[in-house]
Amino acid sequence: MAPPSNRRTGFSKRAQYTNFFGYIAAIAGALLGGALLIVSFVDPNAFSGLRGLASDGARPMATATATVRSESSGFFDTIGGYFTRGSRVARLEREAEINRVRLAEAAALANENRRLKALMHMPVEGVVPVAKAQLIASTGSSLRRFATLSAGSSAGVATGMPVRSPLGLVGRVLEVSRGTSRVLLITDSESVVPVRRSTDGIVATARGVGDGTMQLELVSLGINPLKPGDIFVTSGSGGLYRPGIAVAVVMAVTRDGATARVLSDPASSEFVVVEPVYIAALGMPDASVSAAPPPAPAKK
Amino acid sequence: MASRPPLFPQRRYRKEINRSHSPVLANVMPWLSIMLASVVPQWLSIFSAPVLPPFGYLMLVAWRQVRPGVLPVWAGLPLGLFDDLYSGLPLGSGILLWSLTLIAMELLEATYPWRGVLVDWLVGSVLATGYILLTCLIGGHGAPAIAVTPVLFQILASILLFPLVGRFAAWCDRLRLIRFRSIR
Repeated sequence: MAPPSNRRTGFSKRAQYTNFFGYIAAIAGALLGGALLIVSFVDPNAFSGLRGLASDGARPMATATATVRSESSGFFDTIGGYFTRGSRVARLEREAEINRVRLAEAAALANENRRLKALMHMPVEGVVPVAKAQLIASTGSSLRRFATLSAGSSAGVATGMPVRSPLGLVGRVLEVSRGTSRVLLITDSESVVPVRRSTDGIVATARGVGDGTMQLELVSLGINPLKPGDIFVTSGSGGLYRPGIAVAVVMAVTRDGATARVLSDPASSEFVVVEPVYIAALGMPDASVSAAPPPAPAKK
Repeated sequence: MASRPPLFPQRRYRKEINRSHSPVLANVMPWLSIMLASVVPQWLSIFSAPVLPPFGYLMLVAWRQVRPGVLPVWAGLPLGLFDDLYSGLPLGSGILLWSLTLIAMELLEATYPWRGVLVDWLVGSVLATGYILLTCLIGGHGAPAIAVTPVLFQILASILLFPLVGRFAAWCDRLRLIRFRSIR
């Protein structure tokens, strides 16, 4: 097949110049892209305002799509539910009986905790959620794992706030615009969450890999005590996430840690809660926010 | 080689008495379809692994192959910028890679003018594979470990879906030249 004839400009000076300046503009565009890329590497937050504007603009359509998405998945769940109803009802009733007893025990424990904390004059951890919102979009084709949240600075969301679903930790807020905010999911390869084992408190860090799993790295090396099925929760160190939010369950044990699966699969947990930064909720100064150095001692 | 029959009867798309194209639709369609292709797939689910092919980029390559004159060489600048705003990669990577792609396709067409379905598929596959690997290099900058399996799946899905994306671009092109009744 012959090449298209519109490449040939003929004797028209105008067409020749248009063609020539097209090439110049293309090369200039590539150079500009390279320069912007270097700026982005030096300062990752350089263009956050532009990105925020863009996600604010796409918010109505993204929200509408997310609503249809959750409705349709509910529809298929309803149809599927008819086939497995009998056995599931029996199992759920059995579990509900057990859970009722455990709930009473947990309430007693919480009561005792409160009493002991009052004895020791420790602050009570009443974390009031900042906002309830929906995850409306995510970067599906790039290596970084970001999601867009349908609440922004107008709802009180600020940078650094943890985002969780009823099933566990989802991520933390990275950039905020007026009506949306960008969430760094815990599966991203640059996200690190301090965790501990829920049963005995073995401390580890959970680092995202980028494919929906996390790599658990034990802080104290030695004999690896982890077993498949161990559940890890946030430890609260660092002051960003409050302690006790479920994070991941161990799938396979490696030499110096384990590979774990994230408990709150973001695909199924669309409605999430934004919580305040833990250390700020306790009323302590936030080291990540107040970066000003202490005043210099006065000279005599 | 026998000449192929035309893809569709040319007469139906030509300007005639009482029937003419919409200049807005004819000019906006390629840009709009590429921009939608880079945004809309992100709304479909909250993905926990990079499994989605880069539909915006595939659409750009497909448009460039289906209708070579319709996108200017510098189209990588605005379209890449738009993709950067939503893709999650550092801003500038899309502008750079999309501009380089269009320049490379222009050079390739000048030196190797023969085209066909398989040649287009091969070119698109090579470009998409290179693009995905380069975005991994840019996006995985500083990360200690990268999961390889989703990226391989993404490359495979891009190669297999590329002809379908090309068909979709061709459908958009037919929509672009739809005729409306005009009385003047």
